[in-house]
Amino acid sequence: MGRVVDSFNAKEREHAKAEPGYRPIEVEMVVVSSIEQKLLIACAGKNPPDVAGIYSYMTPSYADKGALMDLTERARADGIERSQYVGRYYDLAVHRGKLWGLPTTPAAVALHWNKRLFREAGLDPEKPPETLEQLDDMAEKLTKWEVTLPDGQTQVRWGYLPRVPAAQKRLLQVGFLPSEPSWWTFSWGFVFGGKLIDGDKVTTASPENIRAYEWMASYSKKLGVDAVQRFRSGFGSFASAQNPFLSGQLAMEIQGVWMYNFIKKFADGMPWGAAPFPAPADHPELRGTGNAEADALVIPTGSAHPNEAWAFIRYTQKQEVMEQLCLGQRKHSPLAHVSDEFYAKHPNPYIRLFAELGASPNAWSAPKTGVWNEYGREMATAADKIANLRLTPAEALTSVQERLQVSYDRDRAIFLRRSR
Amino acid sequence: MSPLERRKFVTGVLFSSPWVIGLSVFLIYPLLAALYYSLCDYSVLLPPVFVGFDNYIELFQDQLFWKSLWNTSFFAVGSVSLGVVVALTLAILLNSKVKGLAFYRTAFFLPSLMPMVAGSILWFCMYAGQGGIINTLLAKIGITGPAWLSDPAWAKVAIIFMAVWGAGNSMVIFLAGLQDVPMSLYEASIIDGANWLQRLVNVTLPMISPVIYFNVVMGIIGGFQAFAQAMIMTSSSGAPEQSTLFYVLQLYNVGFMDLRMGYASAMAWVLFIIILGLTFMATQLSKRWVTYDR
Repeated sequence: MGRVVDSFNAKEREHAKAEPGYRPIEVEMVVVSSIEQKLLIACAGKNPPDVAGIYSYMTPSYADKGALMDLTERARADGIERSQYVGRYYDLAVHRGKLWGLPTTPAAVALHWNKRLFREAGLDPEKPPETLEQLDDMAEKLTKWEVTLPDGQTQVRWGYLPRVPAAQKRLLQVGFLPSEPSWWTFSWGFVFGGKLIDGDKVTTASPENIRAYEWMASYSKKLGVDAVQRFRSGFGSFASAQNPFLSGQLAMEIQGVWMYNFIKKFADGMPWGAAPFPAPADHPELRGTGNAEADALVIPTGSAHPNEAWAFIRYTQKQEVMEQLCLGQRKHSPLAHVSDEFYAKHPNPYIRLFAELGASPNAWSAPKTGVWNEYGREMATAADKIANLRLTPAEALTSVQERLQVSYDRDRAIFLRRSR
Repeated sequence: MSPLERRKFVTGVLFSSPWVIGLSVFLIYPLLAALYYSLCDYSVLLPPVFVGFDNYIELFQDQLFWKSLWNTSFFAVGSVSLGVVVALTLAILLNSKVKGLAFYRTAFFLPSLMPMVAGSILWFCMYAGQGGIINTLLAKIGITGPAWLSDPAWAKVAIIFMAVWGAGNSMVIFLAGLQDVPMSLYEASIIDGANWLQRLVNVTLPMISPVIYFNVVMGIIGGFQAFAQAMIMTSSSGAPEQSTLFYVLQLYNVGFMDLRMGYASAMAWVLFIIILGLTFMATQLSKRWVTYDR
């Protein structure tokens, strides 16, 4: 983004030289962490930035609370249309029929697998699973334990070893874990065709979702709750060489387009592949389900220079600028038209796959509601309880559904009261 | 007022003004603003809408409020009691005349200088269920350690242990208290034939009781504000299974993530009243057993 800002400023200065009297716009970029909290406080203090880059899932909540400028008219006047984008990414910042922002770098997720571990387990390293059943089978073959024999010697054994008592075995490697990474444990229902919110109804405990979490629990049953807890608690943080996928402790995991950067940085040379996430055998049409979000540029209400902010946003949406931006971050482009040069230059060998997955009808994005954060936390807890076999999926999901429906209705009532 | 008195008055006001302004701008105003917002539906981005006691009524019916209160009380009681015992024991040991005293004092005080974030990350690594240093050491003596931070039964206990590790501050305060105990009292008790334990119970503890009281009150206040440990070592949802969902963490979630600042303000006021109540209780109890040497 820094380079885009620099090129925009340079262009503005050139414009001013060529056309005397033109006052160039100068964008100053401020990089901040915890954008959610900082933008919130800046808006509340009536001193927001002129333009802000936020996560697309923040848009609905901020828009509903009047913190963002409606960009519908400006976009129309400048000929910016949905058809110029991958529809999903454009729609991320559309809420209640209005446009609140435009996408910059997008993200999509895919199944990542470690080809070396496939080879070691006797699997074809070029053949990722296509159905969940295949994934489950492969996961078993990719699971490796250290077993302590009665004479104190240790031995490496493969598979789930249900007959070896827990005290005598220790996980060394796991094929797949639905609880890794912990970011999307709320989302397994999508893989089975479930939804988290349908219209104004919170549908956590739908049959598809319950089936999904029964699948999640099956891993705890096969591996043992205690063994998984121990194994997972030894995982390092995501951005480190101790990341379980990068360290070879986990053979397959669902990860985003950004994973390429981390493999390059922490496990350069590791043979890996990316493929659409498998679907249940009885729902082959759901293959490639996964999260798709984007960063978005918005103009906060109270922006001192909305016109200049819009000029900058519009600049970022030009094909060559967007490609520069996305290439710099090793992402795909949110625009409908992408140059061949972009793909030719792109270092991620799977970049076309991510572009396709983001455009796929099976991609899902965070539901547009002000209670999304709360929903995510509740689901993380429910997933914990299910994975620890503390509650059945039906019990845990019903309890989330009941609580969230109350929160959802309250949030909606506040919005309706305000719009009246 | 004579001109001189007036001048003295103005000077006095000017000298105390930094404190007065600081107190009113950074303490009294936010306190009262939070009280007002707690009676409102307030998303920060929109003007507050008065809703009376709705937030408080909802709060007392919210199972996460009770859950986080329980977690926090467990943590506060655990860390304060264990912390005081450990800090006092260390202080008594470090108050004796052994070789390398300065080194030991520094060594035990050092952890409390560690920033919470760095300390949390360090402990996170030490607590790893498989390959963590703690479980590796436990395994050497034949104990299979738990998966500390991933096991709901152990996560809170793990965070308490980490808090006790930073007991250096209270240790130093105890040490100062111990050095204030007049030697004459020990000498008199030795002449009376008191043994080590009797001297501890009858001389040392009563003489440093105000210091114990101070440390307990500060410990409770600090304990109820636990936040960073859980935020860093587990997650903002208080994983595993909300066992480390502390009160202030939940307050942060509700206020800054869900944009329900009115509700969060109500939580803050309830916490304020709880801490006020506990401190008051400690003050009342202290009248019975704290001895002031005046």
